[in-house]
Amino acid sequence: MKKYRKIISAVMASAMVATLFAGCGNSGDSGSSSADNTAAADNAADNTAAGGETAAAGNNGGTTIKIGGVGPTTGSAAVYGIAVQNAAQLAVDEINAAGGINGVQIEFKFEDDECDAEKSVNAYNTLKDWGMQMLVGAVTSGCSVAVSEKTAEDNMFQLTPSGSSVDCVKYDNSFRVCFSDPNQGMASAKYIGENAIASSVAVIYDSSDIYSSGIYEKFVAEAANQPFEIVSAEAFTADSKTDFSVQLQKAKDAGAELVFLPIYYTEASLILSQSSTLGYAPIFFGCDGLDGILNVENFDTSLAEGVMLLTPFAADAQDELTQNFVSAYKEKFGDTPNQFAADAYDAVYAIKAAGEKAGITPDMDMSSMCEAMKAAMPQISLDGLTGVGMTWDASGEPNKDPKAVKITDGAYTAM
Amino acid sequence: MNKKNSKFQLNKTTKSNFITYLLVIAIYLIVQILLAGGHMSSLMEGLLVPLCIYVMLAVSLNLTVGILGELSLGHAGFMCVGAFSGAFFSKCMQGAMPDGIRFLLALMIGAVVAGIFGILIGIPVLRLKGDYLAIVTLAFGEIIKNLVNVLYIGRDKNGFHFSMKDSISLHLEEDGEVIINGAQGITGTPHDASFTVGIILILISLAIILNLIHSRDGRAIMSIRDNRIAAESVGIHITKYKLMAFSISAAIAGVAGVLYAHNLSTLTALPKNFGYNMSIMILVYVVLGGIGNIRGSIISAVVLTLLPELLRGLSDYRMLIYAIVLIAMMLLNWSPKAIEWKERVREKYFSGLKFKKGVK
Amino acid sequence: MSFISYLINGISLGSVYAIIALGYTMVYGIAKMLNFAHGDVIMVGGFVVFTIVSTYGLPPILGIAIAIVICTALGMIIERVAYKPLRNAASPLAVLITAIGVSYLLQNAALLIFGANTKSFTSVVSVPPLKLAEGQLIISGETIVTIISGIIIMIFLTLFVHKTKAGQAMLAVSEDKGAAQLMGINVNGTIALTFAIGSALAAVAGVLLCSAYPSLTPYTGAMPGIKAFVAAVFGGIGSIPGAMIGGILLGIIEILGKAYISSQMADAIVFAVLIIVLLVKPTGILGKNIQEKV
Repeated sequence: MKKYRKIISAVMASAMVATLFAGCGNSGDSGSSSADNTAAADNAADNTAAGGETAAAGNNGGTTIKIGGVGPTTGSAAVYGIAVQNAAQLAVDEINAAGGINGVQIEFKFEDDECDAEKSVNAYNTLKDWGMQMLVGAVTSGCSVAVSEKTAEDNMFQLTPSGSSVDCVKYDNSFRVCFSDPNQGMASAKYIGENAIASSVAVIYDSSDIYSSGIYEKFVAEAANQPFEIVSAEAFTADSKTDFSVQLQKAKDAGAELVFLPIYYTEASLILSQSSTLGYAPIFFGCDGLDGILNVENFDTSLAEGVMLLTPFAADAQDELTQNFVSAYKEKFGDTPNQFAADAYDAVYAIKAAGEKAGITPDMDMSSMCEAMKAAMPQISLDGLTGVGMTWDASGEPNKDPKAVKITDGAYTAM
Repeated sequence: MNKKNSKFQLNKTTKSNFITYLLVIAIYLIVQILLAGGHMSSLMEGLLVPLCIYVMLAVSLNLTVGILGELSLGHAGFMCVGAFSGAFFSKCMQGAMPDGIRFLLALMIGAVVAGIFGILIGIPVLRLKGDYLAIVTLAFGEIIKNLVNVLYIGRDKNGFHFSMKDSISLHLEEDGEVIINGAQGITGTPHDASFTVGIILILISLAIILNLIHSRDGRAIMSIRDNRIAAESVGIHITKYKLMAFSISAAIAGVAGVLYAHNLSTLTALPKNFGYNMSIMILVYVVLGGIGNIRGSIISAVVLTLLPELLRGLSDYRMLIYAIVLIAMMLLNWSPKAIEWKERVREKYFSGLKFKKGVK
Repeated sequence: MSFISYLINGISLGSVYAIIALGYTMVYGIAKMLNFAHGDVIMVGGFVVFTIVSTYGLPPILGIAIAIVICTALGMIIERVAYKPLRNAASPLAVLITAIGVSYLLQNAALLIFGANTKSFTSVVSVPPLKLAEGQLIISGETIVTIISGIIIMIFLTLFVHKTKAGQAMLAVSEDKGAAQLMGINVNGTIALTFAIGSALAAVAGVLLCSAYPSLTPYTGAMPGIKAFVAAVFGGIGSIPGAMIGGILLGIIEILGKAYISSQMADAIVFAVLIIVLLVKPTGILGKNIQEKV
């Protein structure tokens, strides 16, 4: 009986496999038809690029430029991926409404990578089958490094909005919009030291996260040259990030005047509330990951009073560009955009600027488009959400100034 | 599995094993033909190596769960150990020896290190039973992941430096290079994994496991599963056979890990790839494919790895549908009522196709 | 002084684990299955209260009541649809896997309904914090409420199981399903009742978890769920007082490990202690040791 049951299950399983493989042949088509949801403007492109000819991938011989995006839209990092997806879509819609790149419309499609390096490569390959010519992504550092290996092989132009670890732009075809982790760690240490904000500093960082540990290491290294002392450095991990009482208690006992938080705002919001329970009120200082803390739904913003952060973007900045972006984003997606959204929005506009400079046309294949874009990137200057007059090095790093802001009365004020 | 009549049955098992090998080889050939003809999408091409990895993991876990009969929730830990040791070796030896030999050695090192971990963990763990054993293997898996995340190893002209705190405390000289950088893991592992290598490794794993199952040792292992006390009373060395199955299973998972590390340029120990979530995912392959059924594991690993990719067209609803399909497949394959219903349907409509059953 | 304050923090964290573990151990004890979806039912409870209290501005007590009703219904539906058909499956692992499927389902459904953005939960507890030693030691109101509710639930469950007819039926089912059926006990009904109680406890745990650690995402329940599972095993799974003790001990170990050994390796320390305890006492602290017979 037991044996018989196994036979049935094996037969059933193989039947399922058969149907799946039968589905495979069409998977390219079904994938590209879903582009209708995301494709912004007239979707005249013929979707034959999918399904097979990898040699011709990236050349849809058509009338639109195809830009793909990769990032987590499910899983615990979904909040970042969805922000990038939405903001990039917003930028693409705006550009298309204004006539596109060199008069050519853009098609945009975003694929989920669940914040897993292996899945990000799958997502990238899916987009390649769709006929992607340029990539905005990946959103997280680990995935960005994994994908950059593939884009370098294929010679596809890659611009990551938020992949901040050093290796993300190792190859000459990859660029980024955000600051690199070491850059942020260094800038934070310098800012604290040069402005004499505190003489004793504690650090709470996520030792299981690439972004956080990257900033932490450079911060500690640079702190040696600065007139303040690190009195406590405590970590937490992805598996124990609800209780921060120990880390805060240690910072308190060590008499730290400032607590440096190179982490994301979700955990930071917990740290702020636990610190207030503990009756500990140091200066909290963070990096761009802290941006968004004021927009946590239902968050008591008085807890964040006096928090300082180095960020290139502030959702309540008064300039016209930011205000237009924030109101358009809110209207369309119902949320206030965060740092990731701003980076993605700038990434799409950087592609537009470089694309116009390079004179790209939709019939170019991805490799020649990449060569043209690579040459054009160092020549452009972009006034974006995350910086005015942003330029890029051929190495892929952006040049822009971090702005130090302080939270007063539930809003950012420049320092 | 309950073989009684030796001559005829042996013949049948040989035949069954033969079909399993043939299945793998046939898939390989079909894929090669598709690749040569350029009919393979980039997505499918990119999935080939991961598929091999998950098949190996599923087959190896089936040895522990199906043949040894112990529930292990820490299989990803062995994969993690194999991945990091193999990648570490490759990073150190890159350029010092020909790529092919280096990769081969990396695979062997991954297998040996994971196997040793299997023995070390197996000795205490296998004393426990049932759910307690499951939770302790889960605990070991999480410990491995956590320790790898705080592991820093660097190299300079004075040799290797090691730290459990951060890369600064390695005190490297100017020419130093951090090889394992804590949470940032290992980056820039050479891309050596290929579908052919994956298939060869699957065939080797299958050969090891299928031969073990049908050997004297394998029968001893299965007797422990079926009745430990009876097995002990006829003089079977329980600990020895349990450890044998457990460490072989760990070693194969380690090889899969090495393949994983050499397929992506970045290797980090995240909850997603080496945490208990992954261990559970491998267990899902095994249970869905049929506990103790090696061929079933292969098929279900392939189906469940492809499924989320093929559902990409559903965009936001993808993982939701995936969860529903997973529950539905489990109910269909395991619920006694569904099995009864399937049998009735079969008798009603497919009674003429009876010979099919004999093929298995 | 700092040691005592760490200890208090440990008890605070542990009390949250304990209250989740109570639900875990209840379901495990009777249905003999690891309900991996328990942590996600907790998350659902958190979101229901959040929606009612923060979005609609209704009083917290109403929110908790509705959360209990919704979670109980959810728990019973899950049991009926996903677990019951597999109760007599050839392997007990089958139901474990569907539980994982249910866990994915709940997480992804919550992601679609509530979005990925973190929500800040407003504490439903209005008890003031207890200040000792001239304000040096602070025990938060949430901790006090969590511990008291944990103890009340523990006593209630123990009494329920041992003193009521339904509770006796649960014990009988957990001992021997077949014999219980022959004695005229409605096995399916009893197991459904167990899931109902377990899920109601999950709703309470969700509210207290989110009050103590006010950050709510679709993945909020997953990690505390696993930790609570560890706590339940630690205390001896199936034992009601064991879950309470296991939870609090786990919290204390986690905090003290972080404080005195290494904050990077906190998880490894917790799991290492668990392994040691299980090796010395293979059925947990208060677990019953059942002799295997031929």
